[in-house]
Amino acid sequence: MNELVHPYHRFIRPTVTHTTFCPGCGDGTVAQSILRAIDGLGMDMDDFVFVSGIGCAAWIPSPLFNADVLHTTHGRPIAFAFGIKMGLPDKKVMVVSGDGDLVAIGGNHLIQNARRNIEMVVLCVNNGIYGMTGGQAAPTTPMGVKTTTTPYGAFENFFEDISGLVIAAGASFVARWTTAHPRQLTASIKKAIQKKGFAFIEVISQCPVQFGRKMGMGNAIQMLEDYKKRSISIKEAKKLSPEELKDRMVVGEFVDLDKPEMVEEVTRMIRRASGEAQEAVDTGRG
Amino acid sequence: MGEKRVRTGRYFMMGNVACAEGALAAGCEFAAGYPITPATEIANHLAEKLPQVGGAFFQMEDEISSIAAVIGASWAGKKAMTVTSGPGISLMLENIGFAIGVETPCVIVNVQRGAPTTGMPTIGIQGDMVQAKHGSHGDYEIIALCPSSPQEMFDHTVIAFNYAEKYRTPVFLLSDAFVGHMREEVVIPEAEKIETVCRNIPEPGTDPLKMKGFLDEDVAPMPIFGKGFKAHVTSSCHDEYGKRNLIDISALDKFVRRLSNKILKHKEEITLVERDYEDAEIVLVSYGGVSRAAAAAASQARKRGIPVGTLRLITVWPFPGEEIEKMARRAKQVIVLENNLGQVYPYIKAEAAHFAEVSFLPPRLVGEIQDPEDILRKIEEVSK
Repeated sequence: MNELVHPYHRFIRPTVTHTTFCPGCGDGTVAQSILRAIDGLGMDMDDFVFVSGIGCAAWIPSPLFNADVLHTTHGRPIAFAFGIKMGLPDKKVMVVSGDGDLVAIGGNHLIQNARRNIEMVVLCVNNGIYGMTGGQAAPTTPMGVKTTTTPYGAFENFFEDISGLVIAAGASFVARWTTAHPRQLTASIKKAIQKKGFAFIEVISQCPVQFGRKMGMGNAIQMLEDYKKRSISIKEAKKLSPEELKDRMVVGEFVDLDKPEMVEEVTRMIRRASGEAQEAVDTGRG
Repeated sequence: MGEKRVRTGRYFMMGNVACAEGALAAGCEFAAGYPITPATEIANHLAEKLPQVGGAFFQMEDEISSIAAVIGASWAGKKAMTVTSGPGISLMLENIGFAIGVETPCVIVNVQRGAPTTGMPTIGIQGDMVQAKHGSHGDYEIIALCPSSPQEMFDHTVIAFNYAEKYRTPVFLLSDAFVGHMREEVVIPEAEKIETVCRNIPEPGTDPLKMKGFLDEDVAPMPIFGKGFKAHVTSSCHDEYGKRNLIDISALDKFVRRLSNKILKHKEEITLVERDYEDAEIVLVSYGGVSRAAAAAASQARKRGIPVGTLRLITVWPFPGEEIEKMARRAKQVIVLENNLGQVYPYIKAEAAHFAEVSFLPPRLVGEIQDPEDILRKIEEVSK
């Protein structure tokens, strides 16, 4: 009798026997969407270097993915990824981390590297909470929500539109989906991998244990149904007023444009500089 | 490539520029930093010269991302460095611990300046000596070199890269604004006379499941990215294979001890000192720019018939306790000189006080290297 093996099992590190995600966590959907995208493009794990920070989503590539993986300090994965990409320009570099990691403590690295438009994929799993540390408020936690650090309700304005921030900073590809859109998410990840530029994908993802419960949103299935109900495509959203869009989740591919990419610019600069150096030697100016 | 990288010749050169030239000669391919006085000349020079040899300097958004990018580049297989001053090091400390934890070769140049806090940027002090050893959280060992001249800014930068590559660890160059901005003769040898070391990497095709890429006291080969090693590199507590372990205290014990032992086991071959205390009863112990004043004072004292010698620590970390003890066994008086309020002094005293009288002479004003006359007065005082 043949053993049944999951088609993406080959992408999983052989020493991994289980995940650390809570029951109902959206990270499994995100992990599978990434692997489906890689498989769909006919690529291999050795084509990639994965980088992650601190938090639940960071544990998607580390240790699940059977590839070169750098699991870094809190908030800094994009900065580490910068060095990796510059050192290995032919590899695809993908950062997978959460909203707390990429937008709170690591916010400036996100903004600055979107500005640089350096080729890499940044996948931000946005669950609106600090899950791993026990449900503390994040910059993405809606106002009024009671968390372990906001027992009387969150009193800060929050990031409703991380993607908008990254668009403003200058990324050449930006998309947002929810875990209720795995097929669309997979399609966008494929595009992001192929993009010559900074490609950012925000995935609104359920944390039933630390967020759903406290919000009164119920379990994972109820949260996904809520995502389906509240999400609206960017095309449809354009027809509605801001009031009508209140509490809606606008999803889709917001930006997909071509602009100068940093690794290419650096390569050009080096070619120019080393050529000039050669010329200086030739003419005795060195 | 070697010729282009090595500007063989005799120069009148600024210490910071000599550091950048040393980095080029050592094979540096990637540098990242953030502008800060008094280290900017190193960054400026690297930004000009690195692209000429196929590398690049990147100005990052802050020092946190600078060291992060350096570590990333090192895992991508590049020889990498960052240059900064005390405030920048303060920001880098978490990721310096990361580099130690996942055994990443890289060079960190700290051109120390008047501190604490924003302090006085153009004044050299030796204010960050213990920060280099204890600044990041947890137990760890570090290697730190203390140049005292522009020539040593060149030489020690080469050594720093070699140590980093050999022991798979961050290596500090603890210079200061005086040495960094000092202009003196610098002799750059021919390329083939400069020894450069490159890290060991696993044999191509090594089975990732059998590859022990971490926690070897004799330095594991580095499973750099892009070679199909499928390296799992995590700063979480991990085993020899890089596998995370967050539940077993014995794994944590191994993680802490082996990382430290990797340096301590090779302390003798890492340690560099300059001994000039034959027949001396009084020994001046110093490092960096201050050792120039110590040497001047010792020479004048000897002319006056007082048997004074010097011990200069070139590597301050790992702390060369054995060298201190060896010196103290022969001395009656040990005078420690630093351009601070006594940072390495307690370490020296702990090793030397059993054998000799140990005292500390601070600079008259912090930020002012001890006047040899002041040192002489101190020598005369203790020799009575």
